[in-house]
Amino acid sequence: MLLVVLLAPLITGLIRKMKARLLRRQGPPLLQPYRDLSRLLHKEVVLAENASWLFRAAPYLIFATTWVAAALVPTFARGLLFSWTADLIALVALLGSARFLLALAGMDIGTSFGGIGSSREVMIASLAEPAMIMIIFSLALLAGTTQLSGIAQYMVSPDVGLRVTLGLALVSLIMVGIAENARIPVDNPATHLELTMVHEAMILEYSGRHLALIELAASLKLLVYLSLIVCVFLPWGIAPAAGAGIDFAIGAAAFAAKLTVACFGLAIFETAIAKMRVFRVPTFLGAALMLGLLGALLLFVSRGL
Amino acid sequence: MAEPHKLAEFIATRSSTGGHGRYPRVEIDVSSWQIAIGQLESQNWILFGLWGERDSVNMALLDESASDVAIVTLPCVEGSFPSVAKRHSPASRLERAIRDLFGLEAEGAPDVRPWLDHGCWDVSQPLRKAGIEKIVQPYRFLSAEGESLHQIAVGPIHAGIIEPGHFRFHANGETIVRLEARLGYAHKGTESLMRGSSLERGAKLAGRVSGDSTVAYAAAFARATEAANAVDVPVRAHWLRALMAELERLANHFGDIGAICNDASFSLMHAHCSVLRERVLRAADFCFGHRLMRDCIVPGGVSSDVDATRVGMLRALLAEIGRQFPALIELYDNTASLQDRTVSTGILKPELARQFGAGGFVGRASGRNFDARKAFAYPPYDQLSFEVPVLSEGDVNARVWIRIREVQQSVSLIEQILAQMPAGPIRSQLPNASGEGLAIVEGFRGDILVSVRLAEDGTIERCHLRDPSWFQWPLLEAVIEGNIVADFPLCNKSFNCSYSGHDL
Repeated sequence: MLLVVLLAPLITGLIRKMKARLLRRQGPPLLQPYRDLSRLLHKEVVLAENASWLFRAAPYLIFATTWVAAALVPTFARGLLFSWTADLIALVALLGSARFLLALAGMDIGTSFGGIGSSREVMIASLAEPAMIMIIFSLALLAGTTQLSGIAQYMVSPDVGLRVTLGLALVSLIMVGIAENARIPVDNPATHLELTMVHEAMILEYSGRHLALIELAASLKLLVYLSLIVCVFLPWGIAPAAGAGIDFAIGAAAFAAKLTVACFGLAIFETAIAKMRVFRVPTFLGAALMLGLLGALLLFVSRGL
Repeated sequence: MAEPHKLAEFIATRSSTGGHGRYPRVEIDVSSWQIAIGQLESQNWILFGLWGERDSVNMALLDESASDVAIVTLPCVEGSFPSVAKRHSPASRLERAIRDLFGLEAEGAPDVRPWLDHGCWDVSQPLRKAGIEKIVQPYRFLSAEGESLHQIAVGPIHAGIIEPGHFRFHANGETIVRLEARLGYAHKGTESLMRGSSLERGAKLAGRVSGDSTVAYAAAFARATEAANAVDVPVRAHWLRALMAELERLANHFGDIGAICNDASFSLMHAHCSVLRERVLRAADFCFGHRLMRDCIVPGGVSSDVDATRVGMLRALLAEIGRQFPALIELYDNTASLQDRTVSTGILKPELARQFGAGGFVGRASGRNFDARKAFAYPPYDQLSFEVPVLSEGDVNARVWIRIREVQQSVSLIEQILAQMPAGPIRSQLPNASGEGLAIVEGFRGDILVSVRLAEDGTIERCHLRDPSWFQWPLLEAVIEGNIVADFPLCNKSFNCSYSGHDL
């Protein structure tokens, strides 16, 4: 669990570096996100006068829920501390409550940017969550469980075969992941334009350790989605629950390699595309929802044959 | 009396005050002033500038069909003049600025709020005849009423590194109902500083009005003083000025094209354009000793010449642009996600562009075929062949395309200049004579107008510099209506109006 927290900023740093290199810039060092976090942790918190307890409590709650969610996703081994108690649906619920808190906190101060950010975020979420649920349904129907370790195990086993549903679910999951993590083309994590921000607009008023926690939670969330994608769709090399030391080593190496590839893919995608209009986002996510739905439907149809 | 439609006829029937360089200036009475306003209202003429003096007000008029410019002066006996904005709204902000600086009231003006003066200066109305007590007026933004409307206040300090300006949005969810800009944060008191300063200092001040147009401003100021002195500048100096002006245009257009794409989060284009812009700036630094070529143009000529190595360097620069730019155009044109953002965003109607006399890419993207280089054909542009690109769509995409075409034209212009530039001296001495002069120069944003009056000892008595942004800022407010809040940065960047040049 601790490992994910330690790893998360590195992923953010890696993507930033890759994007910079793609633009022929040198880019910040890989470890810069860690330095940013430590800098923020050492700074005092500047609070707006009308900030309520909610505004102060939100960062801790957001971080906590995201962290628990991260603990539910198998990274390089199937044996998970929390496997017995929570499944994919719980994961979505946890991430959903984190977002709910963030949207509330965005509106708490009463600045216009926070309000804009929150309203956009909720608009995105209202479409991204059903799409996510559809993906989970398809996967659960296939694997016969909503447990992530179970799904991963099923995916490695030979009886998966080549299924259209899986392809649709993968595309849909990637789309949802992009929207959820405020990446281009839905949101731009690097923008300085207040009026176009979604995620950044909500956290404009945060500073110091609060901001550090939210940034870390955002990095964690990105890692959660990346691990989810690689664990479900590229589960090769993942160590079994009762594996030996060598299995874990192989699993870790494979996981690192898979993450790097995923980061590279994301960086290329973000470089090659412009941000879409805010009102295009529902269409984008609607497509994700449709793909998820189609995947589930296809499953029923093919079963029926 | 039948109203004359030709500006030249209107001017010919009034007593001339003896020349403003090649452009006439006449003193008129209130009834003629009203006739002129009527012509502006019916859009036969275009308002080209409106500025105050201690006890009179000047209006520059453009007759586009004949490429005539003239100045009419109305003495303000009671410290007031009939408002132009009452019947021709583009004049509104200019009148408010006149009142803030000179204390001359526009009678019947639709908007009497202060404009440049935010109550933070040490004095009020710094240029008026006799000083008055400091006045501080509260500022009320225009309102929009209705259910579920909310206000968004942006600036004057922004998250990015841009100039200061305040934008007040009234929005219904994401849709903008009204935008009101408040400017004046970058006021530097340039016109007060100009008064009584030497030509040398005046040239430096003019070059610092708007940093990105320093060449155009310096050239306009120099031309105005040369007109006032009735001095001819060596031919080579004209060519060198044009060379600098085109380099400046190249650098700024590259910067703009990249920045517009960056505002749509397409940083790839931004990265490539920044490289090209940097190359232009380095070439400028190598050739003229300053990246932005500041203080390289002086009254009487230019301060430095280019030799064969520098010409070679510029040719290499053009070759590089010729190699890389076509690929960038293709990238811009073929990126669907980017086109989706720029096409049909922020449409400026041609009627509005015409009414406001919007210059530069803003006007040319909305069907207004006006370029001071063509219209007034000042040297050396009378000997160079180039086209003025005009589009009629008026959206962000059109403004990008005008810039792209202008880059191509500028490259061709520089090639011609390098090939045809005559040899000879580059600077002549200006006599310290009195006189007045007007000059119009096409900067990268549009037409810059400079009017200067010199005293007996050769110092500056009055100098007015009018940025093209005066007639572009109000249009931005019109353009954004009905667009979504998140598209404002894109529209704003495609206009790229000057804050500093406007606030003066």
